[in-house]
Amino acid sequence: METITDHTTITTGPANTNDREVVIEIKELHKSFGDHEVLTGITMDLYKGENLVVLGRSGQGKSVLIKCIAGLLDYHEGILKVYGSEIKELKEEELRKARMKLGFLFQSGALYDSMTVRENLEFPLTRVLGLTDKNEIDERINEMLDSVGLLDAIDKMPSDLSGGMRKRIGLARTLILKPEIMLYDEPTTGLDPITSKEISELMVQLQKKYKISSVIITHDMDCAKITADRILVMNNGKYIAGGTYEILEQSSNALVNSFFK
Amino acid sequence: MPAKFISFLKDQGEKVGDQVHFLGSFFRNTFKKGFEWNELIRECYLIGYKSLPLVAITGFILGFVFTLQSEPTLKAFGAENYLPAMVSVSLIREIAPVIVALICAGKIASSIGAELGSMKVTEQIDAMEVSGSNPIQYLVVTRILACTFMIPLLTIIADALGLLGGFTGINISNKVSAVLYFNKAIAALDFTDFIPAFIKTFFFGFAIGFVGCYKGYNSGRGTASVGMAANSAVVNASLWVIVLDAVAVQLTSVLAYH
Repeated sequence: METITDHTTITTGPANTNDREVVIEIKELHKSFGDHEVLTGITMDLYKGENLVVLGRSGQGKSVLIKCIAGLLDYHEGILKVYGSEIKELKEEELRKARMKLGFLFQSGALYDSMTVRENLEFPLTRVLGLTDKNEIDERINEMLDSVGLLDAIDKMPSDLSGGMRKRIGLARTLILKPEIMLYDEPTTGLDPITSKEISELMVQLQKKYKISSVIITHDMDCAKITADRILVMNNGKYIAGGTYEILEQSSNALVNSFFK
Repeated sequence: MPAKFISFLKDQGEKVGDQVHFLGSFFRNTFKKGFEWNELIRECYLIGYKSLPLVAITGFILGFVFTLQSEPTLKAFGAENYLPAMVSVSLIREIAPVIVALICAGKIASSIGAELGSMKVTEQIDAMEVSGSNPIQYLVVTRILACTFMIPLLTIIADALGLLGGFTGINISNKVSAVLYFNKAIAALDFTDFIPAFIKTFFFGFAIGFVGCYKGYNSGRGTASVGMAANSAVVNASLWVIVLDAVAVQLTSVLAYH
């Protein structure tokens, strides 16, 4: 059921997701850096094919959460399963295989700055998928750059690209492996409103095209409105409210309400 | 005070553990399928070829200055005939390998530390990891191996140019033919001068590559940590070169002369 609760962890998703497959399951997740506990017992599920937006102020552990999902950070307590596999228990090779189902768009795009755009996209194809056929590689690169509208930038270096272009290329490099789950770390931060809207619309368009489930970390409400099937609001390392954009917009909770003003 | 000391020991123990783990990752990934040959060749070019002018000039000047400085002393004893032999033995056994390694610790370890550190800060290494690629195999194995193979080659070049520098130095005040000079320089050398000195340069190269990669790969997240990674890479790599040299000299004297 769609619910809004004040300072209560949400454990249920929207009504239409109850019968859908859970792709990411998180229960009572805790993560600390030294004495500072960043995640204080998060519980959430991501359903197949949905766009889940995680809202929250800076420093509330949103980025830490998706880095735990990607296996880039260890967590101390709790359950974190991707397609039923507990991330913490996976061995190096198993984690590598699990990561092939995940895509991660970093805040900066994280393009390899010593490589051209073509080489950035070629890198995962040859290293992860082991492709060797030059024609197939070129075909895939061209298709993906066409999807993000940057076919002309194929031979440019990352330093020659604008912030928005870098995000698009980062998205293309991630999607070229056809991940089943996308993790977006503040995809529109640092972009002007027009480019932010373009990126948000591109995310929805590509989600539909490639049937991807996504976790989107943001505090950009325009991005949340365009992309979210469901929103979870996070504070002090746990979720305080959840529901669709329209439902949360009516929330009486002061913190939730402050995002929608 | 004891609590502080215990905490210090614990920190140092953790650091050593991290380095051993990193070393293990290097060896595991060196023999894994999908070796990055193209990247190894590129790194050999960047580390070897691009350091060539610096090493060549340094080698030549070392031989030249060493000759000019030693000549008056030898002359005082009427032993200037031994100058080519002294230059060649000193250069090849000790001076050229250590100076080349220290120069490369400054140039290469800092560059690797800064490069990998900045890749860490800009999340490029995380991006490789999360895509299922193998950043250790691509970034670390290639750089360490390139250093291990290129430092010995650079040392041989520095040896040769050092001898040439010595020849130039001698001919400033005397007239010695090239044939005579090089005959005397080479005749003074035997395998126990050349082989141990050559072998130790592989260890110098490995230490430079390993320290640079370890410091860069494990740098912090802020921009300041890039500078710190580069700086500590130079300091630690230089220290390792000196320590390894001391061990190598001791081992050589035990194995070769007893």
